[in-house]
Amino acid sequence: MSTEPDAADGIDWRSETSDVEMSRRDRLNEFYEQKLYVPAAVAWSDRRTRLGVLILSVYLLMAVVDLLGLWRDASTNQAERFLRPFENMSYPLGTTNSGTDLLALIIDSTPFILQMVLAGGVWATTLAVIVGTVSGYKGGTIDTVITAISDFFMAIPGLPLVIVLAIALSPENPLLLGVVLTINYWAGLGRSIRSQVLSIREESYIEASRTMGTGSVRIIIKDVLPNIMPYVMVNFVLAARYTIFASVGLYFIGVLPYTGQNWGVTLNNGYEQGGLFSMDAFHWLLVPIIAIVGLAFGLVLLSQGMDRIFNPRVRTRLTGESESIEEEETDTTTEMI
Amino acid sequence: MNYYFKRTLQIPLILVAVATLTFGLIRLLPGGPFTQLRIELLQQGVPAEQVDARIEALQNIRPDAPLWQQYIDYMIGVLQLDLGQSISLNEPVISVIARALPWTVFLVVVSTILMFIVGVLLGAIQAYWEGSRFDQIASGGSIFLMSVPYYIFAVIFLFFLAFQLRWFPTGNAVARGLDASQPLQYFSSVLYHAALPILAFTIGGIGSTALNMRGNGIQVLGEEYVEVARLRGLSDGRIATRYVAKNAILPMYTGLLLLIGFRLGGTVVLEEIFSYPGLGYYMIEAVEANDYPLMMGCFLVITATLVVAVYIADLTYGLIDPRISAGESDEY
Repeated sequence: MSTEPDAADGIDWRSETSDVEMSRRDRLNEFYEQKLYVPAAVAWSDRRTRLGVLILSVYLLMAVVDLLGLWRDASTNQAERFLRPFENMSYPLGTTNSGTDLLALIIDSTPFILQMVLAGGVWATTLAVIVGTVSGYKGGTIDTVITAISDFFMAIPGLPLVIVLAIALSPENPLLLGVVLTINYWAGLGRSIRSQVLSIREESYIEASRTMGTGSVRIIIKDVLPNIMPYVMVNFVLAARYTIFASVGLYFIGVLPYTGQNWGVTLNNGYEQGGLFSMDAFHWLLVPIIAIVGLAFGLVLLSQGMDRIFNPRVRTRLTGESESIEEEETDTTTEMI
Repeated sequence: MNYYFKRTLQIPLILVAVATLTFGLIRLLPGGPFTQLRIELLQQGVPAEQVDARIEALQNIRPDAPLWQQYIDYMIGVLQLDLGQSISLNEPVISVIARALPWTVFLVVVSTILMFIVGVLLGAIQAYWEGSRFDQIASGGSIFLMSVPYYIFAVIFLFFLAFQLRWFPTGNAVARGLDASQPLQYFSSVLYHAALPILAFTIGGIGSTALNMRGNGIQVLGEEYVEVARLRGLSDGRIATRYVAKNAILPMYTGLLLLIGFRLGGTVVLEEIFSYPGLGYYMIEAVEANDYPLMMGCFLVITATLVVAVYIADLTYGLIDPRISAGESDEY
């Protein structure tokens, strides 16, 4: 979260009027270098990000496999009952008590879960960013009102509220479900974004924009947002993690309405129908657990990897790889100037 | 206005808002608050003219009154701690809740404190030996812990330690037939029954606490005032506690407030898995039995508990960090 890119943006903006040779193409190139290529390269240099991306692509692959119908659909009595994992390689993860292929169960629900996780993450972070930046930057009455509202939402514990809402709305659409699950997640996140914005708005470049008469919305989008974007990205991933934890937990205890199978339901079935009492059915519990933990692990790795690039306090003190990151950064800034 | 005064004033306001929300939510429920009940009562053979009276007694709302009248009745009822009658358990909601609340608070408080202590210690050691082998392993472990939801630990503990090895009980908060007249046995039985839920709930939170503490610790260790303290020749112990620990733990305190909320809500799943008779357990039981008065009562009380918990945490925060009570933002 350094101020350098923004200071450089300021120079850019001026040189645009004076320097004729700076074409649109150059600026696009520069934007690509600054905002996309360099962060991506830095992110890729981190082992955790690489592993996280790898894990997440496995889940994407599973979703694609399901959408293209490359693996059989789950149905009862499609195989022998209680096959152990790797016992019969055409049912690699084993089967349930009704002879359903566990791998098919997991793959079938992957698109559903991914949509839900995405919807939850997008909803929670977008709302939090709007609320946090506006209330942090504007201050005064608007801040008081927004803070009061988010205080109220923060005062309601998430899961019980979701349970009551789930009974009222019975959300079966994954996108709606994602939104319901994170219905008040934005409040806490908005609060922490607000406190970051509070310190950012004291920076001199914001002051400069303000004295030039730039509108609040423009300042928030152009000057404030780029500063908190890294933090927002990390929290997007964490909100996604929360969505999957909450959904599976609630499916597991059977309070979310469901039409088909998904990981939480599979876990619930495995738990209710004997998975707890004998070792024979333990894989029935284990397979959905691995699916959930794997997805969450990928997300957490990604957020940790991103945190390392964006978070100067972790970056500066790390030796070795962090030095190369710093060098890369200084290189690009000198090029710019 | 004084910060503490303002903060205290917020409490009743939030509680009124939450009660209003529950009042509204009851009306959102499928069939509204009464249809379900009316059908059940009629099925039980209660004469039609008595049904309305029964419903009034159960939910302390007059079904035929206008909405505002219902609202006022409801709020007055809540104010008098009258949350209606539980349909499935056939006793006042408030007495069910009075029985359940202490268990939930016990679980959350003990596990949150444990989680905070262990996480902070672990993170502090990691920050101090940053980059060491221990740090690397602990960081990896923390990241892994962050990706496992607490109910997975709960299920796995229940499977191995309770069902397979039979080391721990599989449900309830205390052994049958024991009461507080045998304090020692009672107390040990409570601990024995709470061990697995608390353990599962604690482990799930250690990862993120440790990672947070590690990040803060690394930052503070690099600050100039720590360097100066070293140059002044202060002892390591003094630097670690006075300079580093205090400043590193402080920012985690706000996170703790959010965490309390998350954890209070989380007991719903936890208690259901361990059949632990707290608020969350009764809430799920109520959901499954279509017992709306009990469900909304549990919801209201979980929320009220959270409001009070955050309030207490906020007050202590003000004591630790004087800047908090001075923070008023100017308008732009």
